[in-house]
Amino acid sequence: MKIALTSVFVDDQRAALAFYTEVLGFMKRRDVPVGDNFWLTVVSPESLDGPELLLEPSDHPAVKPYRDALVEDGIPLAQFAVDDIEAEHARLTGNGVVFTQPPTDIGAAVVAVFDDTCGNLIQLIEEKLDATHDDAR
Amino acid sequence: MVSNTSGLVVHEPNLAKIAAACGYCPQVRGYEASATLICKLSLAYSAFMVDVFRALDDQTRRLVLDELSVRDGQTLFEICSTLTMRHGLSLTRQAISQHLGVLESAGLVVTERRGRSKFHYFSPEPLAEITARWPTRKRTEH
Repeated sequence: MKIALTSVFVDDQRAALAFYTEVLGFMKRRDVPVGDNFWLTVVSPESLDGPELLLEPSDHPAVKPYRDALVEDGIPLAQFAVDDIEAEHARLTGNGVVFTQPPTDIGAAVVAVFDDTCGNLIQLIEEKLDATHDDAR
Repeated sequence: MVSNTSGLVVHEPNLAKIAAACGYCPQVRGYEASATLICKLSLAYSAFMVDVFRALDDQTRRLVLDELSVRDGQTLFEICSTLTMRHGLSLTRQAISQHLGVLESAGLVVTERRGRSKFHYFSPEPLAEITARWPTRKRTEH
């Protein structure tokens, strides 16, 4: 078994595709009409066969209270790994991305949290090389 | 500025805060009635100060203030993650939220909404009430 797909709810699928590709740098993988919406996924250019991220419409009534409560407390809904978090922070800030938490050293890693403009907070993580010894691999 | 019977001097803007903190003293709530106020103020002032002392009488809450003075304006998530990762505290989010509530009720933490998130800021003003009550001064030589 492996994780092939996970999802974030987005307010507007086309705006989300623009942000996730043009600003974050992911690549569109699938874009299939389903009713009024689309089965719309992106992948990382660093792993084209890796997990897909589904940009899922947020029209279910449970989504708004769920996301509002998480965003109020600053809780991210997904985590993306980067090699150089300071460089990404500078690059994204330069593109107008708003961070709720700047790069913060938490010991085993440096993390930051930004607003994806689609209704979610996303965490970036740069793991420290010497901190991976207890990974299950 | 208002002086009370015990000689304490309290700045006007804090009167409303003190009155609000003094739930068992209805005369102070209408503090425009200054004749009543003067004799009740020491009681109200005590109630307000106890709040600050109680808020500070906890290692976790002091750590929260330490972290906010390093970097002011943090979400609950950020406070939780730094307490866990930097200080090895294994508290629930609900527990930390309650600690923040105590700090906020004592006026030591204020919150501000920016966008859709809530940020916590260290507000040291209540600490000034302590030094106003017991001014730090050099020991007199004998």
